[in-house]
Amino acid sequence: MKSMNVMGDYTTQQSLETFSFLPPLTQEEVYRQIDYMLSQGLTPAIEHEDPSRTMSSYWTMWKLPMFGERELSNVVAELEACHRAHPGHHVRLIGYDNYTQSQGVCFVVYRGNGW
Amino acid sequence: MAKKYDAGVKEYRDLYWAPDYVPLDTDLLACFKVTGQEGVPREEAAAAVAAESSTGTWSTVWSELLTDMEFYKGRAYRIEDVPGDRESFYAFIAYPLDLFEEGSIVNVLTSLVGNVFGFKAVKHLRLEDIRFPIAYVKTCGGPPAGIQLERDRLNKYGRPLLGCTIKPKLGLSAKNYGRAVYECLRGGLDFTKDDENVNSQPFMRWRDRFEFVAEAIQKAEMETGERKGHYLNVTAATPEELYKRAEFAKEVGVPIIMHDFLTGGFTANTGLANWCRENSMLLHIHRAMHAVIDRHPKHGIHFRVLAKCLRLSGGDHLHTGTVVGKLEGDRNSTLGYVDLLRESFIPEDRSRGIFFDQDWGSLPGVFAVASGGIHVWHMPALVTIFGDDSVLQFGGGTQGHPWGNAAGAAANRVALEACVKARNEGRDLERESRDILEGAARHSPELAIAMETWKEIKFEFETVDKLDVA
Repeated sequence: MKSMNVMGDYTTQQSLETFSFLPPLTQEEVYRQIDYMLSQGLTPAIEHEDPSRTMSSYWTMWKLPMFGERELSNVVAELEACHRAHPGHHVRLIGYDNYTQSQGVCFVVYRGNGW
Repeated sequence: MAKKYDAGVKEYRDLYWAPDYVPLDTDLLACFKVTGQEGVPREEAAAAVAAESSTGTWSTVWSELLTDMEFYKGRAYRIEDVPGDRESFYAFIAYPLDLFEEGSIVNVLTSLVGNVFGFKAVKHLRLEDIRFPIAYVKTCGGPPAGIQLERDRLNKYGRPLLGCTIKPKLGLSAKNYGRAVYECLRGGLDFTKDDENVNSQPFMRWRDRFEFVAEAIQKAEMETGERKGHYLNVTAATPEELYKRAEFAKEVGVPIIMHDFLTGGFTANTGLANWCRENSMLLHIHRAMHAVIDRHPKHGIHFRVLAKCLRLSGGDHLHTGTVVGKLEGDRNSTLGYVDLLRESFIPEDRSRGIFFDQDWGSLPGVFAVASGGIHVWHMPALVTIFGDDSVLQFGGGTQGHPWGNAAGAAANRVALEACVKARNEGRDLERESRDILEGAARHSPELAIAMETWKEIKFEFETVDKLDVA
């Protein structure tokens, strides 16, 4: 850790919202976040996008949201399949909340090229 | 059945004390904490409050017989002891819906907390809670956007939002002010904020501030890839000026503006909220002057009532206190009115100071804003207390960072995300707070420095306005 007396310089970072100021999540950490999402009754959904187009409200949806899904392993398998199909893209995991009609969770799992 | 006119002064309780009355679903209900003058029976004091805040006056008048007073009068229908207080009591009053103009918080407050608060028969009077019937709620516009739409516009999910009030409060030039905004936003905050008393002073006129701040937001958005905002305070001396500033904020392309709803007043606030709804603008609400009204436990209006009124009048964010920071706030009471801002149905819960079930129907929710004397060490407690639908604002706790605003912002963002991640993993944030923050600081020198800077700062004073308990 730098001393209090040494002035540091903060470099602006490209970031992608929730959890992007933490080190990339390990596989185990991603699993725990998926567990949380499922325990909250949220519907998992996957989106991916080219890193040059992330500011849009809409990223490309991977298949359909996984309605009624309760198995961690199925969510992980779809995330991996999406990443294999679009290796240069950001891939994010969403937890849809049909009561608030909003997203209870949304974070990037695979960071594509350029970030 | 026609009655005869009988001039003179009657006891209020003859007409306005109705212990057998069963309130209607359409009645507006109020709970007052009454401290009567010595020798005045409780029923008489309660009935006097009901009368003076509805149809009554001190003397019988002949023209009462031209209408159906049974239909229009307010009724005191219940009296309860105040736990731990022998001097005061709670009076519950039911008001018929037709006593109030539709969609007018101004009219409701002028009736309920008008002349009656200066009434000689009571020594002190405090409006503790109002139950707005759903029939009345449906006549109010409410928040211009609401929590869900704001999240969708800003693309921020699954965590509280982060803000910061630009300091010093007063005295910066427009360009220097914009610099402070840009530094906070590039460092990872979602919002920065004008202070409540930043309007259009000689050192920084509003138009110049709006232009520089808009440039700061645009640059930070381009560089970070995230959506950003700054609450431009459009509070002004006249409604005309208020709308002029709001229009210009829209012109320079910012997503959110701000209003001081109590000093500005409910007429101004409701009008501005309507303007925001029509112009796709978010509205942040500051509560300057609230403590004058709500802090004394026996006189005035409890903040939960002001919060309900704001939700009806319109606002997307409202300051609620922090519980843990430099400003007054009892934890359970704060949790109570935070629920009143965000949930769609809030059941009666005396342990949180909520006296009535409140059904908001489809009225959008309001983000709770925690601001005032908080820093990174408070983050675990704040995330626990306020949950995701809140804005956590660190003013000194961002800009007081030894490396400057951007580093201070990054420190708060890292701490926030570490707390959300830990919470989702099932960890106890308050018990494990040190461990969680120290773990996060290992990857963030900005956070490590922030933790070192503020490790000794606490604000531990007794709350003045506590919930009534025996």
